[in-house]
Parts: sequence; structure tokens; C-alpha cells
Amino acid sequence: MSALSMKPDHLLGSGTPACAGCGALEEIRIIYEILGEKTVFVNAAGCMTLLSVYPFTPFRGSWIYTAMASAPAGAQGVRDALDILLRKKRIGAEENVTVVVLTGDGSAYGMGLSSTSGAMDRNLDFIYICYDNEGYGNTGYQFSAATPHGVRTSTSTGEFGHSGYKKDLFSIWAAHDPSYVGTICGSEPGDLVKKIKKIKKMSGPRMLIGLAPCPTGWHFDPSRTIEVGKLGVATGTWPLKEYVNGSVCHTKYPKEKGKRPLVEEYLRCQRRFEHLFHPRRNEEMLSEIQAGVDKYWQAVDHDR
Amino acid sequence: MSRVLLTGNGAAAWGARLAQVEYLPAFPITPQTEIIETVGAWIEDGEMECTMTTMDSEHSMFTAAGTAAATGVRVFTASSSQGVLYGMEMIYTVGGWRVPLVMVNVSRALSAPITLEPDHNDVLATRDSGFLQLHCSTCQEVLDTVILAYRLTEDKRVRLPVIVNLDGYYLSFTREPVEIPEPAAIASFLPPFDPEDIHIQATNPLSQGVAVLGGSQYSYFRYENHLASLEALAVYREISAEYGRLTGRDYGLVDEYWCDDAEIVLVMVGSFATKAKEAVNRLRRKGFAVGLVRPRLLRPFPGEALAESLGGKKGVAVIDQNLSVGKGGIIYSELASELYKRPDRPDVLTSYIGGLGGRDISLEDFHGIVSETKAALSSGTTPPPRLLYSHHELARIRGLQKIAETGYDRNGGKK
Repeated sequence: MSALSMKPDHLLGSGTPACAGCGALEEIRIIYEILGEKTVFVNAAGCMTLLSVYPFTPFRGSWIYTAMASAPAGAQGVRDALDILLRKKRIGAEENVTVVVLTGDGSAYGMGLSSTSGAMDRNLDFIYICYDNEGYGNTGYQFSAATPHGVRTSTSTGEFGHSGYKKDLFSIWAAHDPSYVGTICGSEPGDLVKKIKKIKKMSGPRMLIGLAPCPTGWHFDPSRTIEVGKLGVATGTWPLKEYVNGSVCHTKYPKEKGKRPLVEEYLRCQRRFEHLFHPRRNEEMLSEIQAGVDKYWQAVDHDR
Repeated sequence: MSRVLLTGNGAAAWGARLAQVEYLPAFPITPQTEIIETVGAWIEDGEMECTMTTMDSEHSMFTAAGTAAATGVRVFTASSSQGVLYGMEMIYTVGGWRVPLVMVNVSRALSAPITLEPDHNDVLATRDSGFLQLHCSTCQEVLDTVILAYRLTEDKRVRLPVIVNLDGYYLSFTREPVEIPEPAAIASFLPPFDPEDIHIQATNPLSQGVAVLGGSQYSYFRYENHLASLEALAVYREISAEYGRLTGRDYGLVDEYWCDDAEIVLVMVGSFATKAKEAVNRLRRKGFAVGLVRPRLLRPFPGEALAESLGGKKGVAVIDQNLSVGKGGIIYSELASELYKRPDRPDVLTSYIGGLGGRDISLEDFHGIVSETKAALSSGTTPPPRLLYSHHELARIRGLQKIAETGYDRNGGKK
């Protein structure tokens, strides 16, 4: 089944309070389609918390909101309890559900890291989806540990934007040696569908970080979400990769250096990087950002 | 039925064992750890069928406890002090979920300064969370109360989580003779948990803990919590009477001691109330008409029952083993608000703070409290709230400070 042939009456209902053009919602919609309604989403405080607002929900399956720091711990409680009920035959196998943690980058990269680490330590059988819009989107886009260098956010408004660098959550998660760690992007549904179908058959901690282009935080027109995500991948800024059985492999390679679009193609279409181009072009920062991406892929090509 | 020597922690573990708890998310903290160690060992030895998961923090622990309860199993957990504060966000959250579970809190004073011995600021920090609170003063009471707490939390009219409180060190590590009820008797009193509409299941999807927008919806759920909590007073009476018929131990909403003809009544919770009982014995021998009232519950607040016990008394002295900084004793304030509306309210209501961080409340302290309250009855002037502390203690602190401030440097040379 290709992404394009998926039936139009999606499992995730329409009419959610998510912003128009939300990249995270696009990913969740596709993932939900594949995982199916025999799921419980265990949510942490973030944009997606507002999907289920009393007394309505777009999910055909179950949902439980916990708190910002502890959705993976919530997943532990649900999984443990379901296993007890199944073992004691108080529920039949048909009542079992897949436990899916759903958090933003604010929780995943920061406050929720301890409970996520704990869940991986305990080899919890669950799927973790981090929709990464690279900032605290639900509160008006302040920088988080996921915010790339140079981004202008509500709390990094200066000439050079955010002085920090994006935390390498993929490697931090992979260091726990869970069953699976993958990066995804809703603009690359082929890659996304393949990965979700793969992890659906697996068990243990299955961890996903999805680039989630965010029209309101990144400042681009909602109609351009897919294009922005595609540029993130094509420029090499957002590598699509997975960690399985102790090794990392990339699932989609951008074109080689010189042939792939420059990172500034990706930056230029988002007003969160506007200060790198106006009123004057910040050559130094643009080269630094480009060099970072090139260095990453040079190392990947070296290992290929 | 057997009578054995058990610590308060051991009694709590026995309560959980007899309640046939199915899930224990755990995190160690002094002085609670012995509870999870005991249950853990029983699980290892095959004496108990329970899943125990050690979490990465109390915040995670309370989250897992809540979501497991929301999935429909019988959940037990335990904590203390800083752990309770660290998990406080989830204590409120789970309180709002209306899911049944029992948490044993082994009281320990709060940082700063960081310390180990007990007072009740930790459990009282959860006061407004929606959790019910049952306070124990003996090891027997701890065991019985854990079992009672499951009937209470799982009752459809209540469905609020429950904290069973015991004092660290004074009760957690003190051995007392405890009667362990027959498992079969407890199994008939407390049948397996029937979660009814509480579940996470594939064929019957449910959204839980969802957001609300706007004060009207928010208030609706908060009021429901409050009303369910108040409902627990009557439910508790039913359950404790039934337990009394089964075991011969019927714990009322309040425990009265030598109250009927008392002029002055002490009010206290927890294990230090056993010290107060001894003080009442001695003061009675000296001719003071003194009694003791010990609320067993602080949430819901058994206001009516307390007012019944205290109505018509001349003087009431509240000894708070807690301190609301900038206000004073918490139970004092709560009791005052309850008594004020009663025409037969006591003439004098005095306030004492004591036992903070495990500081002893001596027989002399009790004597002083009763004498001062009695004096207030004759003078008509209520003394200001007292912070119990002796000249001797102050002298000792000054002495320690002097030693620390000694004029020698670290190499023994004069400064």
C-alpha cells in the first residue's frame, strides 16, 4: 500500500483545533492510519493536547492526557496494567491496544527526558512519537532544546537569533539501544509509511522524531507545509534515518554536495530565519549552518 | 488470625498484601523504602502476585499509578516527603481523574533544611488535591486502614484516590504487636476490584484526562471532585462499621479518648497522639478533666463529627505537627472554621505547633498546653499561637553554633 492509495476516510477525524497547515497533524494522521484504532495515545502537554477537548476527540481509539514530563511513565502504567489484565484473562487478546506516547519536542528534548530514558531502560513495549517543531509552539514559539542555531523565537529575538544548538535527541535515544529509533517527516510519506509498517511488527521501545513544519512558529504560509518539509530533507538539514540493531542507516539521501539545494533554500522560506537575510545577509552564520549540514553528510558518506 | 511484631512499614505492606494489590509502581525514599522492599521480596518469593515496576522518579511513579488505575487494575504505591512534592503535579492530576488507588505516605518533614524525621507538611501539601487522607497512629491501624482505604477508593460513590498516612521513624520503624487478619476474611470484605466503566480497551475506546476550555466546564469537574470527597464521610462510616463487625476494630471518623466529661480537649493526628493519650492519663491522675480527639480523616474533613465531639467543651487545644509558614497550624484553622458556626462552640481554642522534623512533644509540653488553655478559660484571653520549644533546646543550639564558630582554623591554629 502506498501512502497515496490510503483511503480518504481517515481514522483521525477532521475539524481538530490544530493550526492550519500543522506538520505534526499530517504525521499523526498518516501514522494513525497505519497503526489503527486499537491504540491508546498517551499524551504530554503540548500542541496536540488540544486535539481532545471535552467532550470531543478526533481519535477513534483511546486517549489519555498525563502531564508534560511523564507521558512515557503513563505508557508504562497502561502497558503494565493491560499485561496484568491479559495474564489474568480479565480481558481477551482482542481488547489489547498498542501504547503510543505523543509529545512535542519541548517534552521529548527536555522535561520528559528522564521518564523517556526510564521507559527505554525498562524495555517498555511502546511507540513514542515526538513531533518536533523545534520550539515551544503551544505557548507562542519560544526556543527549546530542539531549536536549531540562529532561529528567531519569542525568546531569542536578537540579531543572531537562538545562540544554542539543536540537541541530538536521536543519538541520546539510540544510546539506550531501544528496538528502534527513526526520524520521519510528514512531507516524505513514502519513507514514513515504510517505517511505521516496520515498527508495527516490532516490540519494545520504538522511538520516532518527526520534523513538524509549523506555520505559526516558523512563519510560513500554511499552504507550504509539505514544501518546507521537503526542503528540510532535500537540503540535508533533516536527515531521514533509523537506528536498528546497534547501527544507524539513512533511509533517504539528499543529493551530493554541490548538487543538492543549499540550506538557505530551506531557511529562506521561513520568516524565523529572516534576520539571516535582512536587512543584510549574514554570510558568517549562513556558512556556519551550511558547513554543519555538509559536515554531517560528509561523515555519513564516509561510512557508507 | 495471628499477632506478630510489625513495624509501621511492615504493617502497610501487609495491608497491601491482604488487599491483593495487582500493581505497584515504586521509587525508594526514606523512610518509606521498607514497604516496597517488603512487597518486592514477597513477589520474588511467590507469596504475592503483583507486578512491581521501579520508576525513574516519584513524578513518573504517580503517573504510572494513575494510568494503571485508569486501565482497571488495583494499584498500590508509597512515598514520603520530597517524593510527594516531586510528584505533586501528578497527585493533583490523578486526583482529578477519579481513579481508585491507595498511596501510603510515610510522613517526613520537608526541605529546607533537608531532614529525615517526621511532621505533616508533606501529607498536608496534598490536602487540596482530591486525594482522601486517612491518618494512623498505631501499626495495627496502618494495616487495617490500607484495607479500608481500598473499599473507600473503589466505592462508586467516591472513586477518589486515598492516602494512608503514618509517621516516619516513630511509626514506620517502631515494632508493635499487630493482628494480621485471615486473608479469606479480608477477601470477603474486599472482593477483587471491579473497574466497571474504568478501562482502556480496544473495542470500547475512551478518552481520559482530556482538556477542558473555560471555567464552566472546569468548575463542573472540580465541584464533582469535592462532592464525591464529601460523600466519602458517610461511605467511610458504613465501611468501617462493617470492618468492625469482621475484626472487632471499628475506626470512627474521629477517635475520642476520655472525652465525655472533659473540660479541655486536645486535638491531634498521627502517632504523636499516642503521646497525648499518655499525657491525658497522667493529667487525669493529677485531677485535670482532659481528653483527646484524634481525627482519622483530614480529607474529607470530618467537621460534623469533630464538632459533635468538641461541642460544649470549655477549652480545645489544637496541636499541629505542621506549620503553614506565615499563618500557623493548619488543623487549627480548619477546626476553627468548623466550630465558629456552632452555638455550643468551645470558649477557648488554643493553637500549638510541635513535633516539627520529629521534635519530641514531651509530657511537660502537654502539661503546659493544658495549663495555659485552662488559664485562658479563667482570664478570658486566648494566648497567641505557640511554637513549642524549650529554653534547654535553644541553649543546645546556641552551644552547637558556638562550637562551629570556634576561633580555630581547620589546621587547629588560632584565627
